[in-house]
Amino acid sequence: MKKIEAVIKPFKLEEVKDALSDVGIEGMTVVEVKGFGRQKGHTEIYRGSEYTVDFLPKIKLEIVLADGQVEAAIAAILKAAKTGKIGDGKIFVSNVEQSIRIRTEEKGEQAV
Amino acid sequence: MKKLLLLVGFAGLLAASNLNAQTPAAAAPAPVAKTPTTEDRLADIEAYINNGARQTNAPTALATSAGPGHNAWMMTSAALVLFMTLPGLALFYGGLVRRKNILSVMAQCLGIAGIVTILWFICGYSMVFAAGKPWLGSITKFAFLNGVDSAPNTDYAAWVSHNVFSMYQMMFAIITPALIIGAIAERMKFKAIMLFVVLWMFVVYFPLAHMVWGVDGLMNGVWNGDAKIKAIDFAGGTVVHMSSGWSALILCIMLGKRLGFPKEPMQPHSMVMCMIGTGMLWVGWYGFNAGSAVAADGVAANAFMTTTLATAVAAFVWPMLEYISRGKPSILGFCSGAVAGLVVITPATGFVDAKGAVIIGLLAGVIPYFAVTKLKGIFGYDDALDTFGVHAVGGTLGALLTGVLATGKVNANLTDANSYAKANGLDKIVANHGLWIEQLKAIGLTITLAVVGTVVIALIVKAVCGLRVSEDVETVGLDVAEHGEEGYHG
Repeated sequence: MKKIEAVIKPFKLEEVKDALSDVGIEGMTVVEVKGFGRQKGHTEIYRGSEYTVDFLPKIKLEIVLADGQVEAAIAAILKAAKTGKIGDGKIFVSNVEQSIRIRTEEKGEQAV
Repeated sequence: MKKLLLLVGFAGLLAASNLNAQTPAAAAPAPVAKTPTTEDRLADIEAYINNGARQTNAPTALATSAGPGHNAWMMTSAALVLFMTLPGLALFYGGLVRRKNILSVMAQCLGIAGIVTILWFICGYSMVFAAGKPWLGSITKFAFLNGVDSAPNTDYAAWVSHNVFSMYQMMFAIITPALIIGAIAERMKFKAIMLFVVLWMFVVYFPLAHMVWGVDGLMNGVWNGDAKIKAIDFAGGTVVHMSSGWSALILCIMLGKRLGFPKEPMQPHSMVMCMIGTGMLWVGWYGFNAGSAVAADGVAANAFMTTTLATAVAAFVWPMLEYISRGKPSILGFCSGAVAGLVVITPATGFVDAKGAVIIGLLAGVIPYFAVTKLKGIFGYDDALDTFGVHAVGGTLGALLTGVLATGKVNANLTDANSYAKANGLDKIVANHGLWIEQLKAIGLTITLAVVGTVVIALIVKAVCGLRVSEDVETVGLDVAEHGEEGYHG
């Protein structure tokens, strides 16, 4: 099992979700996050006072899936979330040791 | 225990005032000389329509009646002016502070509405609007609103109930100190603010409002034939905006900067809330400006138009300056421009024509813009929400521009048709374009009173209970520390 963590632009969430559904991904966890990478922040000016805002709002998706689904999921996210401009985000993939469905106590790939 | 004593004392005062009320204070209406003819009755109705003085031989059945149309507009206006403070100003200021201090601003607006109402009832109304000395009215004549009933007080309005007039003017007394809290937001103790406001009303507001609007006021050029300074102020450029704005500057300097100012980020926490508040202020301001005619007459109609023109122009000019200078017109720019336009047109609204209003709007978008964006940086005071930049600078600009642009063509009270203006010479001053000199005198007196009064009061409050919250409280936020509540959960 693998976990995909993808940080994307907030307005891309719907497209990414639809693209993942199309390749058979049936569940995900979504969090609103703030952060910065190469894009950095932006400047806001209120009545002449300047403020640098370092952290930009982003969406983080967490998906745990069977090994065989990983490449399809990555391709779907890339296709849907890419604008070609700075700030499109990143995808991280890591191993997951175990997963358990609480209701049925199923374990492993059955539970993801 | 102290609070209980205070309440008992207050109740005692009330009881004493009721004793006074049993002896009839107001004289019975003068007996009508003869039975009113049809002509007399028609003349009285015409006077009502034109907002003129009562017909001398008015029908007895109507002798103490207010005019329903004028009264209806004034009750509406009073509600509109209250709406400016609650929730207009509370939301406008509330959106501009950080989220940890939103409730403190709202508590201050509500607290001021309550305490000022109590003062107004006890003796505030009397000190402003009862005849007395040129600089202060009688403390006792209308104390506890004795004799303030539904019959008009013809010193101020022939067709508006005295109690409606009193409540209408009270709304001005509420919003004026509430404006000050913009400069001192996020760091002053609640009890210090309440004590400051009580003293400030007695030292600055009541005397100043009497001088400008009282029937025998020193600076009441339009309605006092003996006015020494023949100045004019339609809806409160000096009384409301200059007094609060200049006092705010002094108080924020004496209070000191917020912790971390200007290094730490202190962005407004909700521009949405700020915009909603601005819209409410604009709508409420029609009661403030057009209502200041104290009638639903032609002068009110003109004020309605000039208020709209000046505000819309300023609300456009301010963000356009931002657009030119840094490439983006901001919502705070639109909002600030609108409020600046409203402030600057206030003293002029019933005295200038459409072209004058547009000129005022243009300057209102430019001059306060520079006061807010440049002056603060140059001098380094922490006027947190720009009460000084908008209200003091805007109010002073408005008072001066009124002296330049006022015309008898839209308001006959500036001509020899008004016996008071004729008696003190205001009619000739306006016709000869010398009014701005009288306005400068009023500006000087207002600034002096506000500045000196505020220095003294702030020193007293500092000695009694201290002005500032502790650093811990300021860091945590006033909402939790001072009011035990949070504006936002979850």
